[in-house]
Amino acid sequence: MSQTGEVDSGVAYWAHFPHQADMGVRGVGLTREAAFEQAALAMTAVVTDPTQVVPAMAVTIRCEAPDDELLLVDWLNALILEMAARHMLFSRFAVELDGHRLSATAWGEPVDPERHQPAVEIKGATYTELQMERDDAGRWLAQCVVDV
Amino acid sequence: MNLDQFRQVSEVEWRVEPFGKMRVPAVIYADAALIREMDDKVYEQLTNVATLPGIVQAACAMPDAHWGYGFPIGGVAAFDADEGGVISAGGVGFDISCGVRTLHTGLKANEIAPLKARLADRLFARIPVGVGSTGQLRLNATEMDAMLRGGARWAVEHGYGSAADLDRIEEHGCMAGAEPSQVSDQAKRRQRDEIGTLGSGNHYLELQEIVEIYDTQAADRFKLLPGEVVVSIHCGSRGLGHQIGTEFLRQMVIAAPGYGIDLPDRELACAPIRSPLGQAYLGAMRAAINCALANRQVITHLTRQVFADVLPGSHLTLIYDVSHNTCKLEPHTVDGQSRRLYVHRKGATRAFGPGHPALPGDLRDIGQPVLIGGSMGTASYILIGTEEGRARAFSSACHGAGRAMSRHQATRLWHGPALVDELASRGILIRSPSLRGVAEEAPGAYKDVSAVVEAADRAGLARKVARLKPLVCIKG
Repeated sequence: MSQTGEVDSGVAYWAHFPHQADMGVRGVGLTREAAFEQAALAMTAVVTDPTQVVPAMAVTIRCEAPDDELLLVDWLNALILEMAARHMLFSRFAVELDGHRLSATAWGEPVDPERHQPAVEIKGATYTELQMERDDAGRWLAQCVVDV
Repeated sequence: MNLDQFRQVSEVEWRVEPFGKMRVPAVIYADAALIREMDDKVYEQLTNVATLPGIVQAACAMPDAHWGYGFPIGGVAAFDADEGGVISAGGVGFDISCGVRTLHTGLKANEIAPLKARLADRLFARIPVGVGSTGQLRLNATEMDAMLRGGARWAVEHGYGSAADLDRIEEHGCMAGAEPSQVSDQAKRRQRDEIGTLGSGNHYLELQEIVEIYDTQAADRFKLLPGEVVVSIHCGSRGLGHQIGTEFLRQMVIAAPGYGIDLPDRELACAPIRSPLGQAYLGAMRAAINCALANRQVITHLTRQVFADVLPGSHLTLIYDVSHNTCKLEPHTVDGQSRRLYVHRKGATRAFGPGHPALPGDLRDIGQPVLIGGSMGTASYILIGTEEGRARAFSSACHGAGRAMSRHQATRLWHGPALVDELASRGILIRSPSLRGVAEEAPGAYKDVSAVVEAADRAGLARKVARLKPLVCIKG
């Protein structure tokens, strides 16, 4: 199980960062949308290997928040709710942002304990180590700690 | 952490006098070695808690304290509503009313030895565990609200256990003041099929053998005999509690400036107890406490069914059920004055001493059983509440070992199959749907629970009664 994953150009990627009891999730991309998508992938990787999750079913998610950071937490928490209530895992995300309003589609499949070997369920995304910012190279970084 | 930041009061009490915006001192009950191992964040978070409006006496940390969300895990803080006191969603945590209950089996370890593997397999098959698992119950809107009002009492009324169980649960199995109408549709949706499920992470069901008695008088009263097997269940309010924590934390973050609360850390989000938001959270949080109590009651019933199948005639009786993520309104005496305080315990166990009126009649004269969970390969403990603990930390004690390393570090050091084999060679059978989950929860990833319990005992927070060793662990 790797701690990071890279896609396409190598510019967008996800990573985990350590937290004593829980887990930090980080998404990096050239756009805010890409960073949000990668952060969601990092969250799936807390539970299982995202490459083992078939993007067979689509779920629509919408949320709105007063700022970018709260929107990131809202986005991850909306996914956590869908994962829990539908007993699903997601591996593909398409995020659209309009200011601090998000509309997205997440693709995934029902949890298969045998195949996915899910390590832990996520209770919630938190405001700990929460960051949503752009670096000097123009890349967006979206991160926070998730409680497991 | 650096010990120089503290004034040492005793071998196991370390104090930070108020500075800056702190309204009260911060106090950690632990020995020097445990404090040195603690993350610096514990100091930062505890001194932050001491700045909150209406806090009384001190912000306290238990020997197992570690970096939490706003409050340290292992944090205890009491607030007076009459003095503008606040209630904090982070001070309760995401897994509201997560807790431990322990049951007598009346059986000796050597009696169940030949049946251990069968019991492990049957318990694993019967009790829903792990990510995506669902219970047998499907609650419609009416039943959901009835469960959120009734807690374990609701479960007993539906045939899960007996009235005798209720006496051995905090609040007699039913938290008063629950307001299901304050629980969102999303939280209820998340819980629809999760009643009677164990969850994952550090949650477990264990068969444990009583291996050592430290206090024969208390052990006699708790009916603990060396060599006997008990069942311990560690889990909480499942998706419903997580969702309530998530939603109210967000609302409190946004509302805090409007209440004139200066938050040193967003996770410390809170609202005045007497505000509409504070009252809404109280009602929802109490409903989540009932959800956790109902959940542990249903799992207890399933456990009893397995024992009845495998060991006909066995009779599992409840020793006690404690919650370690709560905020409860309790009478306490501070500086000789009787006050009603909202006591937050985040990763801390209530530990009422002798004579407390909330204890069941047959335990009232000696004190409350305090159940401390281990981590698959290590020990668990039963302690008893003390009179001196009342003044120390509002009758609170530790709740477990606490993690010593991250999940990634653990998976680098241990592998699931090898760990399961190694534990089996020590007589501990593990059943889990996820071998990666087992590796992340490796016993070595946790602090030494014995050191934590020793410190709690020496600090007078609670007194050691018995040590338990795991025989079977069903892990999420």
